Amino acid sequence: MDLSHLSLAQAADLLRKRSLSAVELTRFFLERIATDNAALNAYITVDEAGALQAAQAADDRLARGEATPLTGIPLAIKDLFCTQGLRTTCASRMLANFHPPYESTVTRRLKEAGAVVLGKTNMDEFAMGSSNETSFFGPARNPWGHDRIPGGSSGGSAAAVAAGLCLAALGTDTGGSIRQPAAMTGITGLKPTYGRVSRFGMIAFASSLDQAGPMTRSVEDAALLLQTMAGHDPLDSTSIDAPVPAYWDDLTTGVPAAERVKNMRIGIPAEYFADGLAAPVRQAVEQAIATFQDLGAHCQPVSLPCTAYAIPTYYVIAPAEASSNLARYDGVRFGHRCADPLDLRDMYARTRSEGFGAEVKRRIMLGTYVLSSGYYDAYYRKAQKVRRLIADDFRAAFAQVDLLLTPTAPETAFRIGEKNDDPVRMYLSDIFTINVNLAGLPGLSLPCGFDEHPLPIGLQLIGRPLQEATLLAAGHAFQQATDWHQRRPS
Amino acid sequence: MSPPITSQSRYETVIGLEVHAQMRTRSKIFCGCATQFGAEANTQICPICAAFPGVLPVLNREVVNMAIKTGLAIQGQIRLLSEFSRKNYFYPDLPAGYQISQYELPIVEHGQLVIASPLDQGPKKIGITRIHMEVDAGKSLHEGIQGASWVDLNRTGTPLMEIVSEPDLRSAAEAGEYLKKLRAIVRYLGVCDGNMEEGSFRCDANVSIRLRGAPILGTRCELKNLNSIRNVMRAIDYEVERQIELIDNGDSVIQETRLWNADLNSSRAMRGKEDAHDYRYFPEPDLPPLRLTPERIAAVAATLPELPDAKAERFRTQYQLSDYDAGVLTASQELADYFEAVAQQAATLGQPNPKVAANWVMVELGGRLNKENWDIQQTPIPAHHLGQLVAMIQQGILSGKTAKELFEILFTEGGDPLQIVERKGLRQVTNSTAIEEAVDQVLAAHPEDVAQYHAGKTKVIGFLVGQIMKRTQGKANPALVNQLLQARLTRQE
Ligand SMILES: [Zn+2]
Repeated sequence: MDLSHLSLAQAADLLRKRSLSAVELTRFFLERIATDNAALNAYITVDEAGALQAAQAADDRLARGEATPLTGIPLAIKDLFCTQGLRTTCASRMLANFHPPYESTVTRRLKEAGAVVLGKTNMDEFAMGSSNETSFFGPARNPWGHDRIPGGSSGGSAAAVAAGLCLAALGTDTGGSIRQPAAMTGITGLKPTYGRVSRFGMIAFASSLDQAGPMTRSVEDAALLLQTMAGHDPLDSTSIDAPVPAYWDDLTTGVPAAERVKNMRIGIPAEYFADGLAAPVRQAVEQAIATFQDLGAHCQPVSLPCTAYAIPTYYVIAPAEASSNLARYDGVRFGHRCADPLDLRDMYARTRSEGFGAEVKRRIMLGTYVLSSGYYDAYYRKAQKVRRLIADDFRAAFAQVDLLLTPTAPETAFRIGEKNDDPVRMYLSDIFTINVNLAGLPGLSLPCGFDEHPLPIGLQLIGRPLQEATLLAAGHAFQQATDWHQRRPS
Repeated sequence: MSPPITSQSRYETVIGLEVHAQMRTRSKIFCGCATQFGAEANTQICPICAAFPGVLPVLNREVVNMAIKTGLAIQGQIRLLSEFSRKNYFYPDLPAGYQISQYELPIVEHGQLVIASPLDQGPKKIGITRIHMEVDAGKSLHEGIQGASWVDLNRTGTPLMEIVSEPDLRSAAEAGEYLKKLRAIVRYLGVCDGNMEEGSFRCDANVSIRLRGAPILGTRCELKNLNSIRNVMRAIDYEVERQIELIDNGDSVIQETRLWNADLNSSRAMRGKEDAHDYRYFPEPDLPPLRLTPERIAAVAATLPELPDAKAERFRTQYQLSDYDAGVLTASQELADYFEAVAQQAATLGQPNPKVAANWVMVELGGRLNKENWDIQQTPIPAHHLGQLVAMIQQGILSGKTAKELFEILFTEGGDPLQIVERKGLRQVTNSTAIEEAVDQVLAAHPEDVAQYHAGKTKVIGFLVGQIMKRTQGKANPALVNQLLQARLTRQE
């Protein structure tokens, strides 16, 4: 039996019936990681001892009949969730030996449900990148083509899920960092509404945009993880205090998704199908639109006129927040410190020069510049105004439709090294996902086809605030009607 | 040095004060750590204080309530929507690399304080531009450490209120009055202990001068390291003289921050305008905007105590005290409470005379406490004992002299006032036979003075009274002594 591509529900079922133990399942993945991770570089840290210990505890819990559907499920965690006692690097030299004395709320909730953490996955340094190439630990590779990027910044999590090096993974998404790699690797990725999931213990890139979410092989699996991850957290003042629907139960035992998608109004924003969209991506997404129509949904054109301003707006706000968020890496209390500093200034300068990679430094400089006296109004304040206009665009569209359907990324996975010399071209990878973060909306990426290589293509569903359930229902109906999500790399 | 500015001077002094008041909450502003002073270095910290990766601030409700309270006490407008911002700069005792503060939208705006102006001789309104909440930094330790510095983060996260005045103050004396008044208010409210020496009530002064009547402000200098009201006043006077001298010599004032040195009684430039930080303020994304409801503000308003001005007004009417006495007695909540307890005790004993009570609290007790360098909370005499003392003066049981004797015993040894009076025989002699005896003895002993009196030198009567009091060991009622002596002398004529 190939355990590597079990759905979470199947695995939970096997565990509950005791036809498989959590320790066996965990060992299975640890062995796969031992064999395959060298080629993919999906994990930065594998916690064999911790995973087996958690698996044993899960088995005990299963034996006591106190299990949740996540008890004994082996997960991979993006290496920016702080895990108590387990090295958390953010893929940076700055934190290469950082062991947090606390646990992020999201990982704590999953662990409390009995999930097993296999290890910490590769990513772009401090989540700044769209290709996983800015990692201090080297790029993660795409299981569909090892010379290709797995997307970023949650590239390691995406590669691990696609290659079957875990059952599911956690990612974070600031401008597309869950959805774009999900699209690049043919998996399902959900960025919840800003505030739906606690940010406590998630190492901050851009605080007003960062959001954690599941990266899985199906919508159903994503629903199961979200159900446990979501909810108000007194430790995060920006988390939303609203009831958490039983996403997974509703999807599997409520009104069938196929029923719910009937008569759903789906908006197709014209601005997302302009020049620059690769032909195979356009074809696959248009085919997906046809599928939704076959399912009984009404697809209609809508307009989001401010779409073009997303990239410049994002590249003011996100670096501004990052420049401040990353000021704490000063060599004083934790993390890297340069050798033999001459004085305080020298310690700051060399610690940060040595500790941060080029892309992080670029964004710190960008952010410092846009917040500077004399430039603040022209950049930061203006960007905040445009951000509101972008959110207004979505509000207007959602007056007409229930959700929006777009490509997740303009093209399929590019070659490692291909865009390293041109940051702006790299930034365009996120052109379809960034707006969703700026507006704080939920977005779901689903596999919807392949190009000629073949490399996976993703479509994105965007919903109203806190309407994750609608996205999940539509996505689940799509996956029941298609098998793109079941394709595996050879 | 030029002579100090007087009301006749060509120049006018313009001062604005920024006060940082540490709020007396039990826990810090953004985490649950304790705010107590004096703990061993870095023992009152957590990952949030130390700005570890991924941790987030959570605003302490009590801090907001205290800021609202203070805003209401200075008649400010409480904003229903305010926000926190980040003030970015690198310093080892600022762990996050930014201070969370309020910038564009502070919680309180447009307040005011009325001071008794020493120059204008009348009440004067001083505008308070804003009050905002912010977080204190830690402490860097350099002394006695070779080739390194140490950082203590215990203070990091202590809530502060920054209270910014308009440039309405016109002299060091006014600045002193303003600070005393503000300190009294925050102490009345219990939001700050007002201790300048320990740094829980810190003041920076912005000082400029201009030709009297000039429409625009002169270039200002910011004075720092002022750790007492006296130092604030001295530093302002020094700065005014320095600026006058510069201008009179044809130089101009350069905008800069100057550090006051109390030992040298002078200040030195710390940094110029060009070295000023670019703090890159922007709204704190980890905290949603702070929204208040009128109901919440009303609930806080209901907890406001009677404030110094209102209390002084009440003391004037209820106790018939002078402006001066009412002002002195309401300088602190504790002193005012003490006075009221003394007055009440005296009244309970059927001898209400608040003026006498006020004198005993301000002059006798105040002077004695001063000598010991104690404040009213440290008084060894409970208010009801002093009240009994005052009542006994009114009842004629004690004379001025014996009352002081009793006071000294109460201050140094304590005990029940009535028992002390009996034990020490302090009860005033009101028996006229005993006094008449003493009068006769004194007149017999001083015939030449009696003769002088009859010759018209009535001044000697003071001497004779003194002798009689001496003979009765100060226990005779002076009024009675006078009366009997006059009667006897008249009879002799
Ligand atoms: Zn703390």
